[in-house]
Amino acid sequence: MSDVYPQRPDSTPTNPLTQCIRACNDRGDGALMPFIVIGDPDLQATHAVVDALVAGGADILEFGFPFSDPPADGPVIQAADVRALNNGTTPVDCLAFIAEVRARHDHPIALLLYYNLVLQHGQERFFRDAADAGVDAVLVADVPLEESGPLRAAAASVADRLISNVLIASELSTDARLDQVAEVAGGYLYAVSRVGITGEQQDVAAGLQSQLDRFRRRVPLPVLVGFGISSPDHVSAAMAAGADGVISGSAIVRRIAQFGVGPSRDIDKMSAAVTSFTADMKAATRGTWRKARSATSSHL
Amino acid sequence: MQLSGRFGPFGGCFVSELLIPALEEMESAWLAAREDSAFKAELDDLLARWAGRPTPLYRAPALSDTIGCEVYLKREDLLHGGAHKTNNTIGQALLAKRMGRTQLIAETGAGQHGVATAMAGALLGLNVRVFMGAKDVARQQPNVRRMQLFGAEVIPVESGSRSLKDAINETLRYWTETVATSFYVFGTVAGPHPYPSIVKDFQRVIGEEIRADLQAELGRLPTAVMACVGGGSNAMGAFAEFVPHPEVRLIGVEPAGHGLETGQHGATLIAGRPGCVHGSISYLLQDDVGQVLEAHSISAGLDYPGVGPEHAWLKEQGRAQYVSATDNEALDALSWLCRNEGILPALESSHAVAAAMKTAGQWQAEDVLVINLSGRGDKDLAHAISAMDARGGVA
Repeated sequence: MSDVYPQRPDSTPTNPLTQCIRACNDRGDGALMPFIVIGDPDLQATHAVVDALVAGGADILEFGFPFSDPPADGPVIQAADVRALNNGTTPVDCLAFIAEVRARHDHPIALLLYYNLVLQHGQERFFRDAADAGVDAVLVADVPLEESGPLRAAAASVADRLISNVLIASELSTDARLDQVAEVAGGYLYAVSRVGITGEQQDVAAGLQSQLDRFRRRVPLPVLVGFGISSPDHVSAAMAAGADGVISGSAIVRRIAQFGVGPSRDIDKMSAAVTSFTADMKAATRGTWRKARSATSSHL
Repeated sequence: MQLSGRFGPFGGCFVSELLIPALEEMESAWLAAREDSAFKAELDDLLARWAGRPTPLYRAPALSDTIGCEVYLKREDLLHGGAHKTNNTIGQALLAKRMGRTQLIAETGAGQHGVATAMAGALLGLNVRVFMGAKDVARQQPNVRRMQLFGAEVIPVESGSRSLKDAINETLRYWTETVATSFYVFGTVAGPHPYPSIVKDFQRVIGEEIRADLQAELGRLPTAVMACVGGGSNAMGAFAEFVPHPEVRLIGVEPAGHGLETGQHGATLIAGRPGCVHGSISYLLQDDVGQVLEAHSISAGLDYPGVGPEHAWLKEQGRAQYVSATDNEALDALSWLCRNEGILPALESSHAVAAAMKTAGQWQAEDVLVINLSGRGDKDLAHAISAMDARGGVA
């Protein structure tokens, strides 16, 4: 028993998403979880994007439901939301889309969406439909710990396999806050880094390492680092700092917008760009898991 | 958080985890400041000497004759800056200073809140950055220039519908990245906890003064208090003092735009349903699946698809009543008040006047109706005149 994943009675080591991250780590790799918005640029093209991500080596698929007011996302993702909304993509379309993806791919599926879409669908109905479609984990971007009770209760009452309690931590999260997060969080910890924003790789990596060490000491879940992870260098920095995997959204969505939208739209080019970028990102995770500390610790 | 920020089932703190530390810090700074007599003394002094409080409570003779009871106007239009917004921005800017922040950031729709924030920043030596929908930047140029004169940087927001709700999203986003140095001065009683409570605290002086003046002049409470409701800060400021007095009717006036039946309006409490956006659960103009709709009002300050959560709760309990006035009715009220009382009200406040005029004949002569005249109309002149010209001249 190491200190890397301290066990606790209510942990859910058997859910496919957590298992997938750990399987990657067992191979010495980080898990790669790309994020895209369903319906961007349209539902059929999103299927092509999914296939391209899988071909490039994505381990987990993270989907966003388009929303009119996404303050937790940057302008690139918001533009994707607008494109998806403009072609009429609804939450029901998104659920049907996921069921189709689930029929074609075994990859764990995570959602990142906003609370009003869950509320208006009906909280229990939403989690039932999401579980039926094949969703493994849900992060509601505008529901922090203190407001997450009703959401978790609704999910627990209809779908015991689905993880409804993915939570976020950042450098500003206090130790006391992390302890509260550890009480209820499931699946993975979404660690927000500034890796991709500042560009000072060395300094950032050093800061991130102590941040991730602190998270790991307090929260018994694998840690995926996201926010501005937009190049293989960022992936390397995050992995060197001790991440168990990375999340990358805007960089992929930008490629979708570049080739999948407008008069010069070319779906094959879009797919090729997404696959090649995903492969580069995945390559940067290989053999990098806890490299610095593999001599002193292993998990479980 | 020390408090839940709930008003019945409404309110709460629905933001990204990344903003929680800042909101917790803000909550505790606010709770401490409320108990700090030095903070209150500094605020009161600035409100009195710099901003011009107390504002008059004026018995409007022509309106009284027309409506058929004693009608008083609470003259927030005479406050420095031209609207009630200054009460809140001074308070929040002092709070920011207390917390050691160096930059104020704000969203603005019509520009009034942006101007009030820019003024407060200039007064207290804080940098100010204002996010404003690109659409509003184009139609509110005088206020953009005013903010810049006060030294603020105005950032046009091109995302989404390029209006107030998108400016809020963009400010939240920027705040997430600069949370250690900047303070988000929120403009209304909406948003995540603790904003609805903080803004109410800083605006409740409106109702306190109404009560004190009426007590001194007539020895009584008002029969009713009316105020326009966009996000709802001037109304909450006017109502708060009277909420514990059930004999005082509270009437909020929402913008009916081109008419409730057209769907082009901002009457969130009348025509919306509960949902979650911009940090709290409240009424919301939204489609069937929960996408937020664009509001419409001739008055940019009421052009918002959400509303403060405490208004939702006052409505749900039946403690306050919400009615509406159309663009045309507001324009009529604006020109009527100019001609008959010599006061040019803001288009926002004109909605409250219009709704009050629609109640003519429904009062006892001795009833006392207070209308919160939340702002002056100089900023609306060009817009109001072109709208009047478009429909064939002044009413």
